Amino acid sequence: MQLRVRALETILTEKGYVDPAALDAIIEAYETKIGPHNGARVVAKAWSDPAFKQELLADGSKAVARLGHVSRVGDHLVAVENTPRLHNMIVCTLCSCYPWEVLGLPPVWYKAAPYRARAVKDPRGVLGDFGVTLPAETEIRVWDSTAETRFIVLPMRPAGTDGWSEEKLAALVTRDSMIGTGLPKDPAEVA
Amino acid sequence: MDGVHDMGGMDGFGKVEPEPDEPVFHSAWEARVMAMNRAMGAGGAWNIDMSRFAREMLPPHVYLSSSYYKKWQLGMENNLVERGFVGADELVAGRALHPAKPLKRGKFTLESVARVMTRGSFAREPLGPARFKPGDRVRAKNIHPKTHTRLPRYVRGHVGLVERIQGCHVFPDTVAHEQGENPQWLYTVVFEGRELWGDDGDPTLKVSIEAFEPYLDPA
Repeated sequence: MQLRVRALETILTEKGYVDPAALDAIIEAYETKIGPHNGARVVAKAWSDPAFKQELLADGSKAVARLGHVSRVGDHLVAVENTPRLHNMIVCTLCSCYPWEVLGLPPVWYKAAPYRARAVKDPRGVLGDFGVTLPAETEIRVWDSTAETRFIVLPMRPAGTDGWSEEKLAALVTRDSMIGTGLPKDPAEVA
Repeated sequence: MDGVHDMGGMDGFGKVEPEPDEPVFHSAWEARVMAMNRAMGAGGAWNIDMSRFAREMLPPHVYLSSSYYKKWQLGMENNLVERGFVGADELVAGRALHPAKPLKRGKFTLESVARVMTRGSFAREPLGPARFKPGDRVRAKNIHPKTHTRLPRYVRGHVGLVERIQGCHVFPDTVAHEQGENPQWLYTVVFEGRELWGDDGDPTLKVSIEAFEPYLDPA
């Protein structure tokens, strides 16, 4: 693949379509600036600031944009809240739609057949693959990202974190907890 | 199209395999593919749905056996050739042999980078009032276009509830085929797990899709 891809880049460069330095800049942004740490900041802020949380749930794009986020979000970000009775999960059964701006590029498993096939039919089985077991009565809501709306899960704030700073709370927020295939870290792990 | 990309509900693919400490890219070429695809899209060579449709059109065995970024590379090559930006002979030669076809928005340079780091807006002015409102019962149409659609097979023919109106958006089914943006109302429609998967389905499950108005009938 490496040769094939390099050949294509040579053609696109020689034909004057792209400047390789501009490609470098895109790649650098995804490798260094845009990743799940951005989403973790959003979640930690929502856990600490009830007014922000309300704003986030009402209009995700507007709330996140106001945070002065490192990569600007698009118009259609929707935050969905986990509660003791409801667990949310995000999938894209048709391709790989994912909230790049707040979570970075999606992991391989998110884009691969096992997850895309099974998340909408057997989400508890999928959660089991991640080592997560939910109470039998918890309602599970799976959001299939079939249009340009993008979803981020607002996980439940772990107990035992009263008085924690936003920065410390953000360290509990895993990427998978914002996709809904995981839960935040145990506070004992970062205390 | 009823392709293998439409995977919701299929069995037999096995367990999900999370990778601890997964890198952003697994090889340098993956990053180049991602960046080239974004750059050419930003230059106006194609839109996001044309890019998706090119991957959906890959032969099923290729789609299923190729890594994610390999699919992007193959889809991109096909799109470049079909749209006249690169000749098939150039792909074989590995170098430019013909004059370039001008890009709608010009060469992708360092100055263009900021533009792709901001996600574009797909919202458009509505052409008419929304046909449905939250709480309405709707049935996903039983349609099987051979062209691009974002209505997954597993909901077709099933009844759900409109939960949210997400605004009026560019319609993938037409914009993928250069038939215009044709803006349509977009709804979050929720289905009971057992409506989709029968009595053996998980009773605690609800699944929603983002459905464009032409995908829905009142129920």
